[in-house]
Amino acid sequence: MSMTSAFHRTLAGLGGLLLAAGGVQAADDLKAQKELAPSPEVGSTGYHQPPALSDLPDDQFGEAVRRGRKAFIQTQKYAGKYVGNGQNCSNCHLGGGTVPNSAPLWGAWPVYPKYRGKNDHVNTMDERIRGCFTYSMDAQDSAAGHPPPPDSQVLKDMQAYMFWMARGAAVGKSLPGRGYKAVSKPEDGYSVARGDKVYQDQCAICHGDDGQGRFADDGTQIFPALWGPRAYNWGAGMHRVNTAAAFIKYNMPLGKAQPAAAKGALTDQQAWDVAAFINSHERPQDPRFDGSIAETADKWHQHECLYDSKVRGHKLGQGVN
Amino acid sequence: MASISAGRVLAGLGLLALPLCAPAADLGATIAKQGNGEGATACATCHGADGSGQGAAGFPRLAGLPQAYLAKQLRSFGDGSRANATMKPIANALSAKEIKAVAAYYGGMEPPAKAPGAAGASAERKAAGEAIAKRGLWAKDVPACTKCHGPDGRGVGDNFPPLAGQHASYIRNQIDAWQSDKRSNDPNQLMSGVAQRLSSDEAAAVAAYFASLPAEPTDQ
Repeated sequence: MSMTSAFHRTLAGLGGLLLAAGGVQAADDLKAQKELAPSPEVGSTGYHQPPALSDLPDDQFGEAVRRGRKAFIQTQKYAGKYVGNGQNCSNCHLGGGTVPNSAPLWGAWPVYPKYRGKNDHVNTMDERIRGCFTYSMDAQDSAAGHPPPPDSQVLKDMQAYMFWMARGAAVGKSLPGRGYKAVSKPEDGYSVARGDKVYQDQCAICHGDDGQGRFADDGTQIFPALWGPRAYNWGAGMHRVNTAAAFIKYNMPLGKAQPAAAKGALTDQQAWDVAAFINSHERPQDPRFDGSIAETADKWHQHECLYDSKVRGHKLGQGVN
Repeated sequence: MASISAGRVLAGLGLLALPLCAPAADLGATIAKQGNGEGATACATCHGADGSGQGAAGFPRLAGLPQAYLAKQLRSFGDGSRANATMKPIANALSAKEIKAVAAYYGGMEPPAKAPGAAGASAERKAAGEAIAKRGLWAKDVPACTKCHGPDGRGVGDNFPPLAGQHASYIRNQIDAWQSDKRSNDPNQLMSGVAQRLSSDEAAAVAAYFASLPAEPTDQ
């Protein structure tokens, strides 16, 4: 794919926003979709402490924060119109977005607006959250068919919640505990087959033998699906093996891993293996899919993932319906 | 509403299937009421004819707990992964068939409509317990109890038993048992680490909160 076509595609997909962003990432950088720089190690003062919910004022701002928190934790219930799968925001941001090394919201808030290689322009937080809906929440298959519109009430509420949790954090600073704590790729790579065994031993009890998760009769999610139609789609950050390994290492199995103490329950190798196994299954299509798995892979999947790979005799990237 | 009607349909199917299970149900009822005559005493003596247990003595509610969960606990008393001097000889005196039957008997019982209650606990303590139950204590890496034990702690599947409608004394004792390695039968050691990280006050607060909830939601 040429630089020109990438540029045009981005422009077409994102409209005028790019015009305001100024500067375009080199095509090779865009294809490589560089990883986030690691956040600093936690010092003696500990992690940022979000304020207590009980300190919220009883006014319009407090109400917005409460609504934002509800939409974040029970996304299907309070923003279900824009959710095409069975996920909630808090599946990947544990503790309602409060937990260090679990992509805490207080870590993200101070660094936006921010340039992102994923879409090659400066993103506001409003747009960043829409990105989560587009990919992790698979908005394309939702009732609305798209993420919440810019500046819509649910996005205002979620941003109010984020702002509240970041109270006192230094603006523009990358805080310890931000994002997921990276796990170096093991020397010998990873093995989907070994990951299968890790999955059955460590994950299946909650997420099901077939990654389908668990849902109540009324559709309420109990344990999230990891693949299939109720999972994040092929464009979500979690489909990258390195990202999933980082999340899993310090957050899963729930209650065994200790994100605040930055202690994993699995070895680095197990985290990579099981991340690869989980991401070696079909899930909703990448919303940027242009009719060809190979071309979509070339444009958007030049990173550590299994899109467009053949695993167990199956060409991945076909999507599910 | 959807879940209630689905539950009724299932209950209906269960009734239809009952004659096939009758011998096992009879065996379970007999053991529960009279013991098995080979060393296993009547369960009802301590756990009550209605399976509601006795909070003052720390005997748990059994009524309505998942059958597979109950059967596993009996096997655990037998193999020592739940160290309990009272239950060990009883469990050892039951055959595999009897364990299954008695688990089915109590599992099939309606749980008591009323919450066991936490009379000794202050409102502050119950509120602290509710906060831990619903939001966790992430500063020390304790997830919300409801993440695995289900919304309002009503249990999920065979591996995550209900906490709502259980006696505070029993919940408290179990957290102590995990902390002191007297209980190690949790699948994949999912509970032991969480229990280790709870302080005595936190454990008491969580126990008081769940005991203040009825086993099943009350109809409004």
